[in-house]
Amino acid sequence: MDLASAPILSIVMFMPLVGALLIGVLNAEAKGNARWIALYTTIITFLISIIIWVKFDPTNPGFQFVEERNLLDLMKFKLGVDGISMLFVILTTFLMPLVILQSWVVIEDRVKEYMIAFLVLETLMIGVFCALDLFLFYVFFEGGLIPMFLIIGIWGGTNRIYATFKFFLYTLLGSVLMLLAMLAMYWHAGTTDITTLLTYKFPAEMQWWLWLAFFASFAVKMPMWPVHTWLPDAHVEAPTGGSVILAAVLLKMGGYGFLRFSVPMFPIASAEFATLVFSLSVIAIIYTSLVALVQTDIKKLIAYSSVAHMGFVTMGIFTFSTQGTEGAIFQMLSHGIISAGLFLCVGVIYDRMHTREIAAYGGLVERMPIYAVFFMILTMGNVGLPGTSGFIGEFLTLLAAFRVNTWVAFFATTGVILSAAYALYLYRRVIYGALVKPALKTIQDLSPREIGILAPLVALTIFFGFYPAPILDVTAVSVKKLVANYEAAVGTSSSGAIPTTPPAGPAPAPAHH
Amino acid sequence: MQVLQSYAPMLPEIALAVGAMLILMIGVFREKSVLFNPGADYAAGWLSVLVLIGAAVLVINGAGPREVLFDGAFISDSFSRFSKVLILGGAALVLVMSFDTLARAKLLSTEMCVLMLLAVTGMLLMVSAGNLIALFLGLELQSLALYVIAAIDRTKVRSSEAGLKYFVLGSLSSGMLLYGASLIYGFTGSIDFSVIATAVQGQTPQQNIGLTVGLVFLLVGLAFKISAVPFHMWTPDVYEGAPTPVTAFFAAAPKLAAFALLVRTLLTGFPGIAAQWQQIVVFLSIASMLLGAFAAIGQKNIKRLMAYSSIGHVGYALIGLAANSEAGTQALLVYLAIYIVMTIGAFACILSMRTADGPVEDIDSLAGLSSTNLPLAFVLGTILFSMAGIPWLAGFFAKLYVFGAAVKAGLYTLAVIGVLSSVVGAYYYLRVVKVMFFDEPKVKFMPVDRSTGVVMALAAAFVLLFIVVPAPLVDAALSAARSLHVATAATQ
Repeated sequence: MDLASAPILSIVMFMPLVGALLIGVLNAEAKGNARWIALYTTIITFLISIIIWVKFDPTNPGFQFVEERNLLDLMKFKLGVDGISMLFVILTTFLMPLVILQSWVVIEDRVKEYMIAFLVLETLMIGVFCALDLFLFYVFFEGGLIPMFLIIGIWGGTNRIYATFKFFLYTLLGSVLMLLAMLAMYWHAGTTDITTLLTYKFPAEMQWWLWLAFFASFAVKMPMWPVHTWLPDAHVEAPTGGSVILAAVLLKMGGYGFLRFSVPMFPIASAEFATLVFSLSVIAIIYTSLVALVQTDIKKLIAYSSVAHMGFVTMGIFTFSTQGTEGAIFQMLSHGIISAGLFLCVGVIYDRMHTREIAAYGGLVERMPIYAVFFMILTMGNVGLPGTSGFIGEFLTLLAAFRVNTWVAFFATTGVILSAAYALYLYRRVIYGALVKPALKTIQDLSPREIGILAPLVALTIFFGFYPAPILDVTAVSVKKLVANYEAAVGTSSSGAIPTTPPAGPAPAPAHH
Repeated sequence: MQVLQSYAPMLPEIALAVGAMLILMIGVFREKSVLFNPGADYAAGWLSVLVLIGAAVLVINGAGPREVLFDGAFISDSFSRFSKVLILGGAALVLVMSFDTLARAKLLSTEMCVLMLLAVTGMLLMVSAGNLIALFLGLELQSLALYVIAAIDRTKVRSSEAGLKYFVLGSLSSGMLLYGASLIYGFTGSIDFSVIATAVQGQTPQQNIGLTVGLVFLLVGLAFKISAVPFHMWTPDVYEGAPTPVTAFFAAAPKLAAFALLVRTLLTGFPGIAAQWQQIVVFLSIASMLLGAFAAIGQKNIKRLMAYSSIGHVGYALIGLAANSEAGTQALLVYLAIYIVMTIGAFACILSMRTADGPVEDIDSLAGLSSTNLPLAFVLGTILFSMAGIPWLAGFFAKLYVFGAAVKAGLYTLAVIGVLSSVVGAYYYLRVVKVMFFDEPKVKFMPVDRSTGVVMALAAAFVLLFIVVPAPLVDAALSAARSLHVATAATQ
C-alpha cells in the first residue's frame, strides 16, 4: 500500500479503541477474554507503531504521515508527527502491553472496565502526540482525565477519592485557561492548524498572556514546583498500571506542550519567562529531591523524584539550544522507561506484601536476587549513572544550562547528587540489610511474567545509556528547526550554534566557556 | 383561500392547537368506555407524541425564506425553525421516556397530555413572536399550562406547593414584564420590535433612559422564565417538588423557548441600546454561573442538584447573548441544543432511580450503581462528564462555542469567570460520578423502563459521538443565528 496515503497514525490511534469496543460487548464474567483482547490489541498497536519509526524520515524537519479531515470551522481532524512527537507515540504504545500484562493477575475486580479504561486512555494519549490542531490537541489532552479519574478512583488505594479529585481538578483548572488562550489564538490567527500557527507571529503583548495561559496548563501537567502537589497523591493511590502511565506518559504531555506550543509559538514571551522557568526548575530539582529523601512510602519517593527529573526537562527546554532541547526530549523518554520500571518494581513487592512502607522491607536480596538486579539497574538509571539512559538526558540539559547560566547549572547539578542520595538510600533500606521481618521470609522472586515485563525496560535503560543515537538521530533535525525558528524570532545569534549569552531575560548572568 | 394560504408558516402551531383539542375531546368521550384508564392513558400519550412529531415535520417542511404574518406579530425564519424543532423534539422525548413513570403515578391522563401540548404551542408562539403582544400571549399560554402541570400531582403536598410557588412568582414576573412592555410602548409608540429598534436611532443614552428602564423590567420577567440568578429562587423548589417527568419537561423545552424569545427580543428590538442590556446580561450570566456552581456543591437531592446545574448552564448560555454577535447567537443555540439533550438524558436516568418501594431522589442511593447496573451508571456518568464540559463529549463543544464567542467579543473577564466556575461545577458532577463508581452499593434499582432506556441510549450516543459529526448541528445553528442578525441589520 502506498504509505503516503495509508492513514497509519489513525490506525495506531484508533486500534485501542476498537479493542475497547470489543471488550465492551463481552459479558462481565469474561475476565480472561478481556485480558487477552487488551493484550493483543496493545501488542498489535505497538507493532504497527513500529512501522511509523521505520518509515520515519529523520532528515525531514516537518510533519510526516499527515492526514486531515474537516470536522468544524473551529476544529479539524489533523494528525502528523515530527521528530519531537514521534518517539512519544512509540513510548506510549510500547508501555501499554507491559501495563496490561502487569495487571494480569493483580486486577481481579471489574477486569473488563479496567481494560477498557486503559485502552481508551491509550487512544487519547496517542492523540495528544499526533494532533496537529489546537482543539483536537485539547480534546485529547483533557479527555485523558476521564479514564484516569476512573482508574485511580476505582482501582486505587485507601485514600483514592481525595487523590483522584485532586488530580482531576488541578489538571482541569490549569487547562481551562489554556482553552481560552487557544480561542484567542484562533480568532487572532484565523486558524487552528498547528503547522500554520508554528509560523504565525503573535504580537509580543499577546504572546505574554498566551504563554502564561499555556504555562498554567503545562506546569500543572508537568508538574512543576509549586503546583506539583497532586502528583504524589495521585501516584501513591493509583494502581500500579495507573502510576506507570501517569509517570511515563501523562507527565510528558507537559514537556511536549512546551516544545510544541510555548517555545515555537510564543518565542518572545518564552525568552522573557526563561528566568522564571529556570528558577522553578532549580527549586523543583533541589526541593523535591530533599522531600524525596525523607519519604517513608516507596511510591511517594519515586513520585517526588519524578518531579525533580521533570525539573531537568523544563530547564533544558528553556535554554533554547539544540543540546538542551534534545536533552530534554531524551530525558523525558528515558524517564518514561525508568520511572515505568521503578513503579512496576514497586508493584511487584506491593502485590506480595500489600504495603508500600519502606520500613516493611529490608534484605530482599536474599530471597529475590533477580528482582534486586533489576531494581538496581533502574535505580542507577534514576540516579543518572553514566551507562544508563538517565545520564544522557541530565548531562545534555546540564551542559546546555551551563552555557546559558552557570548558577542554574550549579544548583541543578546538586540535584544529581541528591538523587543519588535518595535513590541509593531507598535501595539500601529495601534490598540490603538483614532479612529479619517474618513476613518477608517466604517472599517469592520474580515470576516469568514479571521478568517479561521488567526485562525490556531494564534492557532499554542500558541500551540507550550506551547508544543514544536512535533517539537523538530522530529528534535532531526537528529540534534544530525549532531552535533556529526561535532564534530568528527573538533575533539572537547565528542559527545552529548555542548562544553564548542568554537570549534575553531581565537578569543575564555572565557567560562562560 | 389566499388568506388561508398566507397562514402556512403558522401551520405547526395550528396543528398543535387542533391536536390538543382533539385529544381533549377524545378523552372526554372515551371516559365512558370500560377500557379507559384515567391515570394511564397511553393512547393519549402516544397521540400527543404523534402530534408533536407531526408539528416538527411541518416545521422542517416549511423551510424557506423569512416570512412575517399578522403585521409583524409572527415571524418564521430559520432561527424560529431551529428552536421549534428542538422544542418539539425535546417535548416528545420527555413524554416518551416518562410514559411508564407517569402511569405508575396515575398521572398519564388526557389532561396532562393536553396541557403539555398547549404549553408547547405557547413556546412555539414565543419563539416566533415579533412584537410585545405576541410575546406576552405566547409566554402566558405557556406559563398557565406549566403552572397546572407543576401541580398536577394534586394528592402530594410538595407538588401543590411547587405549582403554587411557581404560579405566584411567575405572575409577579409576568406583571413586571407587562409593566416593562407598557413603558417601552409609551416611549417608542410601538409594540413592534422592528419599529422599537428604529426609534432609538440617533438618540443619546440619556434620551433613551425611559426605554432602558422599560427594557430592564422586560428582562426581569424573561430572566425569571430562564431562571437566571437573581430570579432563580423558584427553580430548586419546583424542580424538587414537581413529579420527575414534569421536572424533566420544565428543564428542557420551556428554557429553550424563553431563551429564544429573549434573544429575539434583545437582538431585533433593542440593538440601539445594546451597550445597556449587555451589562445586564453579563451580570446575569456571571451570577448564574457562580451560584449554579457553588450552590450545587452541598445538594443531596439529585433533582435539586439538576436545578442548580441548570442555573449554571443558563449562565453559560447567556455568555452567547452577552457577546451580541452572530457567533454569540450561534454559540447560544449550540449550547442550548446540547444542553437539552444532556438534560433529557440525565432525567431519563433520574426517572430510572426507583426501588421496589418507589422512586428515590437521594444522590446517596446511587451508591455503587456501576456494580448493580453498569449501563445506567455509564450513561449517567457520560452525561455528567459532558455537563462538566470535559472533552471529547458534546458538552465540551457547547462550552467551546460560548467561550469562543466571548473571547471574540473581547469579554475576557466573563470568559475567565466562566471557565473557572466550570471547574467548580466539575467538582459536583464528579461527586455524583464518585458515588456511582467508587462507593459500595446500597440499594438496588428496578430495571429501566424500555421507553426510558431508549431515550437514555439516544442521549448517550449523541453525547459520546457528537465529535464524529458535529457539523450539522453547528451549521444549522449558524444559519439560524444568521437569519436573526441579517434581519437586525436590515431594520437598522
